[in-house]
Amino acid sequence: MAEGQHEGGYRSYIVTWAWLLVITVLEVGIVLVRVPKVLLVLSLVTLALMKAALIMAYFMHLRYERLSLVYVVVTPLFLGVILFFGLAPDAINTFLLRR
Amino acid sequence: MTSGVAEHQHAMGSEWSGGQSPFAVGWPKLMMWLFLVSDTLTFAGLLTGYGVMRLTLGKWPVQFQIFNIGLVSLMTFILICSSATMAVAVVAARRGDGRRVRQFLLLTALGGLFFLGAQVYEWTNFIHEGARLFTNPWGIPQFSATFFIITGFHGGHVTGGVIYLLITYLRWARNRIQPESVEIAGLYWHFVDLVWVFIFTLLYLI
Repeated sequence: MAEGQHEGGYRSYIVTWAWLLVITVLEVGIVLVRVPKVLLVLSLVTLALMKAALIMAYFMHLRYERLSLVYVVVTPLFLGVILFFGLAPDAINTFLLRR
Repeated sequence: MTSGVAEHQHAMGSEWSGGQSPFAVGWPKLMMWLFLVSDTLTFAGLLTGYGVMRLTLGKWPVQFQIFNIGLVSLMTFILICSSATMAVAVVAARRGDGRRVRQFLLLTALGGLFFLGAQVYEWTNFIHEGARLFTNPWGIPQFSATFFIITGFHGGHVTGGVIYLLITYLRWARNRIQPESVEIAGLYWHFVDLVWVFIFTLLYLI
């Protein structure tokens, strides 16, 4: 709110909305053309992260908040990534043991 | 009001020196952010559990042969649109355009209801095909378990969000709340959309 004057009003929301729709169409398109699995996962995760960034930056105004609040919000997301990569080796081991 | 506090802060020194409002937002908004951060970890836990399970099993039903991807895409579309209408309501509240706030809060709640309706339809079909929480015809029990638990958790959040939006609508209509409260309701609603981005990608597409 303190730096509200930087916001472009409704226009920036319409642009964000349009981009979110474009990315969603891309996501569904990638699934329908059936690319290799690794490429599919990488591209879909990248697109999902792009959508998340758009929503947080513009819809949730994080771009216009003070940096300290941005850090508070973004840091736990890295914990989520660590959580996944901490557990994934175990999962892959179990999978390999079963074969 | 807030800008005065912010200026005071800047005068006091660095952003990290604390003071009365180290994040330069009001406490209700800060509390909502902290709630959303902890709720993010709830979903991170659920989705990580799902990912680990899939990696462990190594085989999984082909989702787009089971789910109606068209319907799920429509649900995604509705949720993105309702996020956009919510953003409009927040700007309108800040500009003091009371009528537009009411219109767009209702539109947003309507989007949420459409989403929930589509989800009820999807669940009903899925259950008719034989899916239960711990068993299903596709041979991998974890498939339906993760689906019901994760989409159920999200659906619960959408239901709560619709109620929250309607309460915000009523309180706004009676002049009981400030524009900041609309913005805080908006944060919650965008979060619900944000979580769906990952559920849509990880549960339906990958």
